[in-house]
Amino acid sequence: MATSAGVQLLGSWCSAFSNRVQLALKLKSVEYEFVEEVFYVNKSERLLNANPVYQKIPVLIHDEKPVCESLVIVEYIDEVWTGNGPSILPSDPYERAIARFWAGYMDNKLFPTMKELQTASGDEAKAIVVGKLNEYFTLLDEAFVKYSKGKAFFGGDDVGYLDFALGCYLGWVKATEIIGGVKLLEESRTPRLAGWAERFLSHDVAKDIIPEAPKLLELIGTINQLAGLLRFSCVV
Amino acid sequence: MAKSASVQLLGSWASPFSNRVQLALKLKSVEYELVEEAFYVSKSDRLVKANPVYQKIPVLIHDEKPVCESLVIVEYIDEAWTGKGPSILPSDPYERAIARFWAGYIDEKLETASGDEEKFAVVGKVLEGFALLEEAFAKCSKGKAFFGGDEVGYLDIALGCFLGWVKVAEIIGGGKLLDESKFPGLAGWAERFLSHDVAKDILPDALKILEFFGKVQAARAAATTAAE
Repeated sequence: MATSAGVQLLGSWCSAFSNRVQLALKLKSVEYEFVEEVFYVNKSERLLNANPVYQKIPVLIHDEKPVCESLVIVEYIDEVWTGNGPSILPSDPYERAIARFWAGYMDNKLFPTMKELQTASGDEAKAIVVGKLNEYFTLLDEAFVKYSKGKAFFGGDDVGYLDFALGCYLGWVKATEIIGGVKLLEESRTPRLAGWAERFLSHDVAKDIIPEAPKLLELIGTINQLAGLLRFSCVV
Repeated sequence: MAKSASVQLLGSWASPFSNRVQLALKLKSVEYELVEEAFYVSKSDRLVKANPVYQKIPVLIHDEKPVCESLVIVEYIDEAWTGKGPSILPSDPYERAIARFWAGYIDEKLETASGDEEKFAVVGKVLEGFALLEEAFAKCSKGKAFFGGDEVGYLDIALGCFLGWVKVAEIIGGGKLLDESKFPGLAGWAERFLSHDVAKDILPDALKILEFFGKVQAARAAATTAAE
């Protein structure tokens, strides 16, 4: 069994991608050192050394070897700590392929579009982005029905890869709803997904990891202030 | 062991992403039916049905169940035909993570490069990519012939599928991209990969691709004229 002795996570409480890895480590009961990277201010030497290609969190450092990219890290955790606790990915090859497909969808479509909503200016631009997001969430609502097969989570009776891949965003979904003044994940439009979201957020694994919207909004406020200060200091 | 009885690949000889899947199927000696999708003209009903989310090739249909996204499909093939032939991914978890990381990098780099209108920016991105992949090759191959070691594997497939296109870019652009003097490891690997049994009848050569380009442009022009 792999030692948990030398496990470090370069990440941040507010990063959904970092949260993914934290969820996986928690599910596998892996002890690790969490190193908070204030990535929105600057990139530390430590981070640049560990992830020279993308210079981004999260990075898992296991026995001094870095693993980058959140979904790659989650699969790595599943494979290394294979005896510890439940499997993260399903065991059937087809179900694994479906899980990987939808996890990719989150990162390729959902997340970038959510970011767009945060910066969209004007009602028309916002409406277009919201339209896209509604489409994506509806699709995910249908996918949930198909793949949960009537159970509580995408992974079945317990949380798994796809729950982590989407669940990590839930704090940001709420924050985005508040910023954008829109409802994205709601019972009337995406009932099954909304139900899943509630169950996920109250699951032991997620409870102390997924940040709450007010905290994220406060952070955005701080970042905007810092950005304002930087602009000011550049001008002056 | 998985049946090969009903394996269909909706793809195209001209698509490097489709080629990835063909390479994997060949490595595992899986018999399948290649359904050529004229994806550059229109999307068939069959394709839209099999891949409603992205409506793109390749799609592997195994026992009537569709699998989409080329790298997802390659891993699926490795897992579904696990007893047959060599493994596509390495067995060590860390090496698997590295292989997946670089495969993801290749696709991401491509996505940003293809978004760029400006030729120099594209070339710059490609060369940047090659520099990093040259280092990755040294680390992954550990002195052996391929990224996968003695035999071709996941990362060889993930990158190798573009080699014909690299040559096309060199012909059109009139300059060497995969330059032996700058990227000796990668250049040597490319030659070995292209002459490997697995790749030989699957990867189209540059001239075929150029011809294909011409056809696509003609077809698109005809479609535009017809619409007018």
